[in-house]
Amino acid sequence: MPRHPDAEDRMPVLPVWLQGFGRRLAPWLMPALIVVAWQLLSEHGYLPARILPAPSAVIKAGIRLGRSGELFEHIRASTQRAAMGFLIGGAIGMGLGVLSGVSSLAENLLDSTVQMIRNIPHLALLPLVILWFGIDESAKIVLVSLGVFFPIYINTFHGIRNTDPNLMEMARVYGLRGFGLFRNVVFPGALPSIMVGVRYALGITWLTLIVAETIATTSGIGYLAMNAREFMQTDIVVLAILLYALLGKFCDSATRMLERRLLKWHPAYRSA
Amino acid sequence: MRIQTSGLAKRYAARSVLHEINLTIPSGEFVAIVGASGSGKSTLLRMLAGLERPDTGSILMDGRPVRGLNRDARIMFQDARLLPWRRVIDNVALGLDRTARSRAIEALEKVGLTDRNRDWPAILSGGQRQRVALARALASNPRLLLLDEPLASLDALTRIEMQRLIENLWLEKGFSAVLVTHDCAEAVALADRILMLEHGTIAMEVQVPLPRPRDRGDRQFATLEGQVLHRILGNDESAAASESKLQLRIVRNAQ
Repeated sequence: MPRHPDAEDRMPVLPVWLQGFGRRLAPWLMPALIVVAWQLLSEHGYLPARILPAPSAVIKAGIRLGRSGELFEHIRASTQRAAMGFLIGGAIGMGLGVLSGVSSLAENLLDSTVQMIRNIPHLALLPLVILWFGIDESAKIVLVSLGVFFPIYINTFHGIRNTDPNLMEMARVYGLRGFGLFRNVVFPGALPSIMVGVRYALGITWLTLIVAETIATTSGIGYLAMNAREFMQTDIVVLAILLYALLGKFCDSATRMLERRLLKWHPAYRSA
Repeated sequence: MRIQTSGLAKRYAARSVLHEINLTIPSGEFVAIVGASGSGKSTLLRMLAGLERPDTGSILMDGRPVRGLNRDARIMFQDARLLPWRRVIDNVALGLDRTARSRAIEALEKVGLTDRNRDWPAILSGGQRQRVALARALASNPRLLLLDEPLASLDALTRIEMQRLIENLWLEKGFSAVLVTHDCAEAVALADRILMLEHGTIAMEVQVPLPRPRDRGDRQFATLEGQVLHRILGNDESAAASESKLQLRIVRNAQ
């Protein structure tokens, strides 16, 4: 990369720790400016609270709901649904993915069926799922599971199918077979691909939940938002949207950490 | 381990890869197999490992026929084929019992990589990876070591270092070794006997009478190397001519 001729001269002006601090802070500059501008526009009446409440109002709503404990109850309900759906759908997806991956008989039986169903957007099944399961917890969990199943299944299957045949051959010469072969070679080799599926599936989890919770619930973040809409409480609506964003971001960061732990052998995931 | 093959043949579709391979390797001998690419040398090695089945003929190891994978043999491949998700020590211990872990530590010591035992393979150099692969091959004390061009992708200096290491470990442990290579200097440096494969059969057999450790600067070494190379490159007549000119001891394989 070409450097500005006097870059060397300018560098030492700031101490090193301050430079690092600045670099870490830089990505937050833009969002911070937007929030400040938003607050100012709201305060001076350019943004009516009916359309978009001031950031301070959203924070106040958060504190209010937090004090009454209502906020955490809704977060708990949503998180529980997300976790249950993710675990059930993920387990089935990974199980069938492994099965299709290691056995061509299973692939023949399963894969084309799965690929056909995959082409139906799982959210299109919402009315049917409500008819089958009513509007209680199981309907949402089923819908999330369904959404999570496909990315995990496909990436597990592909990861296993792309196992390096040279490594497989080596492992056979060194006497590995059956479960030992799976544990030492097949599964670790498929793990980077499986983790891609996990991250994709987490995105789908929250997306599915947002839709499912806005249509038929009596608790959860989606319910909080829809209920507030009826009473024109835009501050709570915005708060709910922010909560979804934060939870999604939290899950993504958690997965990144998991990736760095599980894939630390992989040059691409090695952290500094 | 004494290896005896008789009438080995292998075809892929209509193409004959190997035919009439009759070979006897006494226990503890180091044999190099040279030949142009496509001459079937890797296929022969894979048959000795039990990775490929001969269409006809048989392979006897100490008088017992090989069925399926040859459990007494270990292969070193051209690429190290280390499991990237296992640390160096766990790669060396691959396929060993938990109780035999000390053998892995010992093997790693023999190749001089004890201090890298907790590293991931990705951060090792090419030569270090092959040394780990060598340690892995030797950790189970195989009676037959099969080497499928394991040093082909290393730089010249590292290659010579590795050749010395392999030779020393072979002298120390006394296993039989079969080395497939296209590097004539490597064959002359390591082997007791060089076999040349051509069109799927053993076209030439050369004893290497040089004392060990072998000196690469030695004139006999150079002549022998040049002669083998010549025989591989040249067609039969020019090679025959050069053979007589160089007055080297060449044993036609009696079949």
